[in-house]
Amino acid sequence: MTTAAQSVTLKGLAQEEKTESQARIIFRRFRRHRLAVISLILVSLIFLVSLLAPVLTPFERDAIDLSSKSRPGPPGTIDMEGRTHYLGVDHLGRDLFTRVLYAARVSMSIAVLVVLISETFGALVGAIAGYYGGLVDLAISRVIEFMLTIPSLPLLLILSAIFLRSDTVLPLPGFLSRFLSALLLAPEREVQKVVMLVLVLVFFGWLSAARLMRGMALSLSKQDFVEALRAAGASDARIIFRHIIPNGIAPILVSASLALGGVIVTESALSFLGLGVQDPTPTWGNMLATSQSYMFQHPWLPLVPGVFLVIVSIGFNFIGDGLRDALDPRLKR
Amino acid sequence: MSLDLGATRRDMLIVEDLKKYFPVRSGLLQRVTAWVKAVDGVSFTIREGETFGLVGESGCGKTTVGRTILRLLPANGGRVFFDGEDLFALGRGEMKSMRRNMQIVFQDPYSSLDPRMPVGETISEGMMIHGIGTAQERTETVADLLKTVGMNPYHARRYPHEFSGGQRQRIGIARALALRPRFIVCDEPVSALDVSVQSAVLNLLRGLQSQFGLTYLFIAHNLSVVEHISDRVGVMYLGKMVEVTTREAIFRNPLHPYTQALLSAIPMPDPKFKRQRIVLTGDVPSPLNPPSGCRFHPRCPRVMDICKTVDPAFEQKQSDHWVACHLYSASAAEQTAPSAP
Repeated sequence: MTTAAQSVTLKGLAQEEKTESQARIIFRRFRRHRLAVISLILVSLIFLVSLLAPVLTPFERDAIDLSSKSRPGPPGTIDMEGRTHYLGVDHLGRDLFTRVLYAARVSMSIAVLVVLISETFGALVGAIAGYYGGLVDLAISRVIEFMLTIPSLPLLLILSAIFLRSDTVLPLPGFLSRFLSALLLAPEREVQKVVMLVLVLVFFGWLSAARLMRGMALSLSKQDFVEALRAAGASDARIIFRHIIPNGIAPILVSASLALGGVIVTESALSFLGLGVQDPTPTWGNMLATSQSYMFQHPWLPLVPGVFLVIVSIGFNFIGDGLRDALDPRLKR
Repeated sequence: MSLDLGATRRDMLIVEDLKKYFPVRSGLLQRVTAWVKAVDGVSFTIREGETFGLVGESGCGKTTVGRTILRLLPANGGRVFFDGEDLFALGRGEMKSMRRNMQIVFQDPYSSLDPRMPVGETISEGMMIHGIGTAQERTETVADLLKTVGMNPYHARRYPHEFSGGQRQRIGIARALALRPRFIVCDEPVSALDVSVQSAVLNLLRGLQSQFGLTYLFIAHNLSVVEHISDRVGVMYLGKMVEVTTREAIFRNPLHPYTQALLSAIPMPDPKFKRQRIVLTGDVPSPLNPPSGCRFHPRCPRVMDICKTVDPAFEQKQSDHWVACHLYSASAAEQTAPSAP
């Protein structure tokens, strides 16, 4: 038995070494894309900061500083206990620095959730369409094309008006609700709206991943190695999950990193229009929205979430570009 | 590989009137407007332990025959018996276990291996599908198989792009052997390789045949390759089998005019050697709209009136020699006296 275990670990190790070296090749190519590297560093920094939000700031997310003389108040205001509001306070007297960190947490979580769900779903649907072809492909492709012809923003507005403004309660299982609450650093009752927003964004998010994977699956399923698998008696599920999807995943990864930036912007747009996540849950979008009435007297109010928004969305785009070059199989070495 | 043995050998694979039509769709509604009759009523028998060479021009349907036999493509008609079992009547589960008996080696060594999978896993996947052995046993089997096909066990960890075409083809052969099949369809296994590598792979296939008692359906368009490896040979033209016989008979005494023309086109390494070449005129007609009667009649140098209307039956004319040609049928012989072949 020990030999069995040894040989298994040996095999595992060897594979790890192999995949690691492939990953290293990709990383080396990625490193050549300077903007992508800078973006990756900045985005990771924001990510880290949002993770450490409760540690980095002494203030509660929604705590109102009653002592502040002006609301909004300028950066550097000091409260009664002698703590500094580095970026001032907003129109209700809440610490802006604290809120922008918590907003990073919410906005990035939404982006990651939306992209994760929609790319996974899209890849699966696309792989099924491309692999089976025929009527299945026809039906799925027409649905995708139909949904792509709909201008998404107006429909997103309608959908979020229906779902986010109503008091519909999603039957979320307790563990999921608790997990999301911890992820967003928000009370469980606020999680509901975030989940609805995520679902609304997923509704349009899966389309491009599905199209990409469909194309890949279409060409892969004509290859002889798929025929060999059929000749060996492999099930369709095995072929799709073990062969088609791993072979077609590279473009999906690129589209996912581009989509991360896109989702953050879309979420902000919806929040800006008052149809995204609602105050008191902070997101960069609704922070922008509430600050617009004060922007001429207190320009830092929109500036702070705005700068984060721009850095992250441009950053994800550059990372996507870098990833595309790094994963391009035609570029050797 | 003596030929006399062939007569006593048991029939392993019987193909009866196999048909495979591909639909041609056109228009807005993608309606089927025509059928490409890629394989149109092909019958032959492969005996246990022999190599049956299947030759013909590009597009004559030989690859389709191989894939339809293995049920990788659904047939439109006919039956295939493997050890007396009707393959087309088997259910899903029965077919899955039947697949262990019959495997395939592909032409293109580049698309026949999953580029994202170490070759060891590619080879062992069939065993995994059929639940053969433990992980350790499979690893050992893969090592053995790699040695059997002339490679090293440590190659199992590498990816397909790290190998040459010949090596990949060996890996493809190892994969086909992994399930311990008795019958392998070799779909032009050497035509994508260098000539020097070709003979190595051919010799490997022959060695494996005697080692494991394999039966091959060897699809090729290169007659010298077929001569090298086959015990019996079938010649296809435009979806039809035109002649089936032993290797000796096909090269010494070809009956069908198409076979005669094919053989006369084999290049000879002797520049002084003069022989009569039969040069066919015209191109292979489209299988969308095959000629009436005998499909070969528009290009046949010995065409008769009957050929234009009546499709010749595929019949045994000599011992172990089947041919589909009016030159050798009694009724046609009365019309035009055929010259002795």
